[in-house]
Amino acid sequence: MAKIIGGLTTSHIPAVGNAMASKLEQDPYWKRFFDGYEPVKQWLDEVKPDIAIVVYNDHGLNFFLNQVPTFALGCAERYENDDEGWGIPASASFTGDQQFSWHLAESLIRQEFDMTTCQEMKVDHGFVVPMNLFWRHHESWPLKAIPLAVNTVQHPLTSARRCYKLGQALRKAVESYPEDLKVVVIGTGGLSHQLQGERAGIIDVDFDLQCVENIINDPEWICALSNDEIMEKAGTEGIEVIMWLVMRGALADKVNVLHKHYHAPISNTGAGVLLLTDAE
Amino acid sequence: MVWNRHDYDEIPGTYVFDGKRASSGYALNRMAFSFNSEENRKAFAADMDAYCRRYGLSDEQREAVLAGNFLKLLQMGGNIYYLAKIAVFHGLTVQDAGASFQHITTAEFKQKLLDNSKGFQERLDQVGGYWHG
Repeated sequence: MAKIIGGLTTSHIPAVGNAMASKLEQDPYWKRFFDGYEPVKQWLDEVKPDIAIVVYNDHGLNFFLNQVPTFALGCAERYENDDEGWGIPASASFTGDQQFSWHLAESLIRQEFDMTTCQEMKVDHGFVVPMNLFWRHHESWPLKAIPLAVNTVQHPLTSARRCYKLGQALRKAVESYPEDLKVVVIGTGGLSHQLQGERAGIIDVDFDLQCVENIINDPEWICALSNDEIMEKAGTEGIEVIMWLVMRGALADKVNVLHKHYHAPISNTGAGVLLLTDAE
Repeated sequence: MVWNRHDYDEIPGTYVFDGKRASSGYALNRMAFSFNSEENRKAFAADMDAYCRRYGLSDEQREAVLAGNFLKLLQMGGNIYYLAKIAVFHGLTVQDAGASFQHITTAEFKQKLLDNSKGFQERLDQVGGYWHG
């Protein structure tokens, strides 16, 4: 049986991708941020997950604004990164798992989450930056990956609560797959940041830490917030934090915190890292 | 016919990218999406005005693209992630655009981010359990 062995969270901003490409990890501005990933990388190298389900939003690589699925699941054998027009070097491609993806799609749709299924899907920095943060020290990607894209770009967006419920459904979907697979779910994006408008540049440390603590202990606290309330506090792009709820919903009600890291600012963003496992 | 009002319309200095903006900015964002291709970026660089016309931007949008007026582009339906693809042509980053939205320098914008994050390590200590290296 496939099993979710852990949930991770991370920011996915392109500035982090550029910093990794330029090998700035030891630069004073970046060092504390990157060092905070080391314990997670060690844990991942010990438990060796077979597959990562990466929950992220596309920023204009695979999905243009002509067709914007609220939830889209990669069902391909390979996923390519590509030129986003921002100057980030394209990464090596990722190996998927078609049978597992289609199983997830069947199970999720049966559970009333009407996923868009994608047989071709380019993955942008929202997916690639997290994969690099956790696994770039390997010569090639040491696990398979499945992209799960959530629209956080073109409103109306789904809600934190809906993302949490999707995570719960995802857990059922994973656990009903017969093959023994060790799965990690990665919630990406956030935390507070606003890139646009006269209000650009907000970072709300208190709100970010509330999010982190409540994602661990009381996800209902975030589920009860409207998107307007989240954007008011965390900024228009800070709404990405709803994707952390997919990860959280995929774990047990009670979780162990194996790692908790926060740094601000990283470029325009308050950046949080979590490694959670089910509490037995 | 009227556009729905939303609570988020009241957040100051904020342009939530919803149906109203997505529709008015469609041609502009579509052009920016084309910049994912190196060939298109070259065509744009060779004749920006003609390229904007080919994508059917309004005169106002075209002028704002040529002038690199990102606040105006945002107000006319540009999506921030797509505007970032345009910003590259003006030699700008998302942080430069963030500064230009509020008519401050990029150095001032970066300082604002530092100020907003001030004391975060003390807050981590108060909450407890955070990694410190």
